[in-house]
Parts: sequence; structure tokens; C-alpha cells
Amino acid sequence: MPDPIIAATGLHKSFGSTEALRGVDLTVERGEVLAVMGPSGSGKSTLIHCLAGVLAPDEGTVVMDGIDLTALNADARARVRLTRIGFVFQFGQLLPDLTAVDNVALPLLMASTARRRANVQAHEWLDRLGLADQAAKVPGTMSGGQAQRVAIARALVTSPAVLFADEPTGSLDSVSAENVLTAMLDVVRDVGTTVMLITHDARTAAYADREVIVRDGRLSGAHAGVAL
Amino acid sequence: MDRSLALLGLVGAGPTHGYDLKHRYDSVFGTARVMAFGQIYSTLGRMIRDGHIETLGQEPGAGPDRKRYQITATGREHLQRWLREPDVPSPQMQTNLFAKTVLALMLDDDADALLDTQRTALLGRMRQLTTDKANAPLLERLAIDHALFHIEADLRWIDMTSARLTDMKNEVSFHA
Repeated sequence: MPDPIIAATGLHKSFGSTEALRGVDLTVERGEVLAVMGPSGSGKSTLIHCLAGVLAPDEGTVVMDGIDLTALNADARARVRLTRIGFVFQFGQLLPDLTAVDNVALPLLMASTARRRANVQAHEWLDRLGLADQAAKVPGTMSGGQAQRVAIARALVTSPAVLFADEPTGSLDSVSAENVLTAMLDVVRDVGTTVMLITHDARTAAYADREVIVRDGRLSGAHAGVAL
Repeated sequence: MDRSLALLGLVGAGPTHGYDLKHRYDSVFGTARVMAFGQIYSTLGRMIRDGHIETLGQEPGAGPDRKRYQITATGREHLQRWLREPDVPSPQMQTNLFAKTVLALMLDDDADALLDTQRTALLGRMRQLTTDKANAPLLERLAIDHALFHIEADLRWIDMTSARLTDMKNEVSFHA
């Protein structure tokens, strides 16, 4: 039975005279890994920002895990992002002076989890991503692939309902990218986290359960609509 | 891939019976399509005729056949020439998709939809190959990677063409 975790309906968003989104409907099932593709300037980032509650659409609704994000003010949306959404980006997301375990524990500490408990959970997530022996290292002493797996552990440590991964392997070579992507998807499929995988790369998108393509502020042709 | 040269290479790696050669070929190159025994023996016959291999006489092996084959000096030279020769890229401008796109524009058909359909099919194929790759042995994974990179190149061409359809329409209208 369908169990949508994201239901976006009739999304419109403009910046001045530029229409970035022109009526997007999108449903994402719980536990699904969805690739969001599209050329630069297509409205892809605006769509993602609306779905993650970073931006409020001019028209339309976004319901995530039963919460209508479009009915919340900016502070309430920020709280939802902290507790219900994880983010992984292409570059520069780890704090360089903190060890891997401290980087991973940070979102828990920000959400008022006790330090001892936060550290235990951070170690568990590093272990899940094959980084148990890297816990005491700072990001500058790790490979790009290891640092990216730390960033993934940090994004998942709060057990988010949805993980937004924006070009998560875009700065890595092909072999490291495959290793990181496989590690991330093994873990999220194991725990049932929904993933929005934003990518230009078709080989990365091929790891998803399906893809949508954003073009000119709309979902392109056959890809639009509800999950199959 | 030139299958007769692949077989010559396998014989060049060490004398072998036809039966063993078939299994060696299938395990290394037969991911997409195995080679039938009949084809193995007819290819071996042609290689003997061309002086690229020779028989070593009758000796028992794993299969029912008795003949062992080994590469000749001529065969090794032929093989090395092939190995060292760069492959000529296939002429991409002659693909069906290129022709379909141009004709769709000339006929005022929906070229964008045509490219979308092709993109969906290729992404679906990539997803299937990526799933197949997950638990495949290394040689098979590398063969799948080769296919994935080629499909990715086709997808890039589709994206580029899709972004240029308006200009392309003017170009083909001028020539029409």
C-alpha cells in the first residue's frame, strides 16, 4: 500500500520575473531512493529547497512525514530540518578542527542530546559506514571518500525521515564515488530512510529506485507524477 | 569485440583443447553472450587455415576432444598487432537516434518527446545494469562498467541535443 513521505502539490516559485517552478506535483514513497536530475537552471535546486523546507513556495503545499511544511513559519521549518531531515553536500561540510566522531555527534548535541549518548550514537554510525578506526581523526587527515562517509554519518545520526544528498559523490573519483554511494545506500536501505539524491550524473542516478527530471520548472514528460 | 581474436589471445595464453577454450572464453568474455561449441571449432579451423594456430597432436583433456592447439609465431604477431592498434571510435553521427531526431525536426514531430523516451529507456537500462553489478565478480563488474560508461555518453549527447533543439530545427529547416 502506498505510504508517501513527501507529497508536493502544485508548487510554484518565482524570483522576480523568473519562474523557477511552474506547477510541480511529486510524491515520494517512504524508504524510496529517488534521483532528482536536471540541467543547471532547470529549477532543480528550488524544488529541493521547497521540499526540504528551506524555501516556502509561492503556491502549493509540501507535506513531509505528516507535517505540512508550507503551513509553518521559518523557525518551525528550521526545527523540522534539524530533527527530521539530513543533508549531505558535495564539498566542505565537516568542521576541520573537530574529530570525525565530534563532527558526527554535533547535530545530536544541537538537538540537546546528552554528550555521552551523542558520542555512543556517533560511534555507532561511523561503524555502520566502515569508519570505526577513523573516529579520532580530523577531516584533513582523511581521504575524500572517508570524509564524505563521515558527512553521511553526520547526516544520518539524528535518524532523519528524509536524507537530501546533493551531488554527494561529485568531488570524488569513480571508484571512491562508487564505494561511498554503495556504503550510503546500503545503510539507508537497511534503516529505511528515504533519500532524495540530487545529481547530474546518470551513473549515480542509476543507484536510485527511480528518477525524476526537472526541466524549465516542471517535471519532465514520462518521469512526472507518483511513484510506480 | 572480434571474437576470433579474443579466442586467439586465449590460445596464446597457453596450449588448450577446444572444450577448455570454450569454457575459458565464456568465463572471461561471455557475460553478454556465450560462444557455442560449433562456433569455437569453426573459428579454430579458420585460425589453422590462416596459420595462426597449430595442433599439438592428440592428448586427453577435460572434454571429449583430443586435439590441443597452440599459437604460432605468425599468430602471435597477428595478435600483438591487434593488441597494440588503437580502436577506431564508432561514427556516432550515424546512430539511429541522430537520424530519428533530425527527421522528427524535419517532419515537425516531437523531437523532445523522442529524446525523453530514449533517455528513460537508457536510464532504466543503467539501473538494471547497476543492480546486476552489485554482486557480480570483478571481471563481470568491469564489463558492466564499460557498458554503463557508454550509455552515459549517449545520455550526455541526448542532454546536449535536447538543449539545442531550437537551433537544430533552424539548421535542418535551412537544409530541407
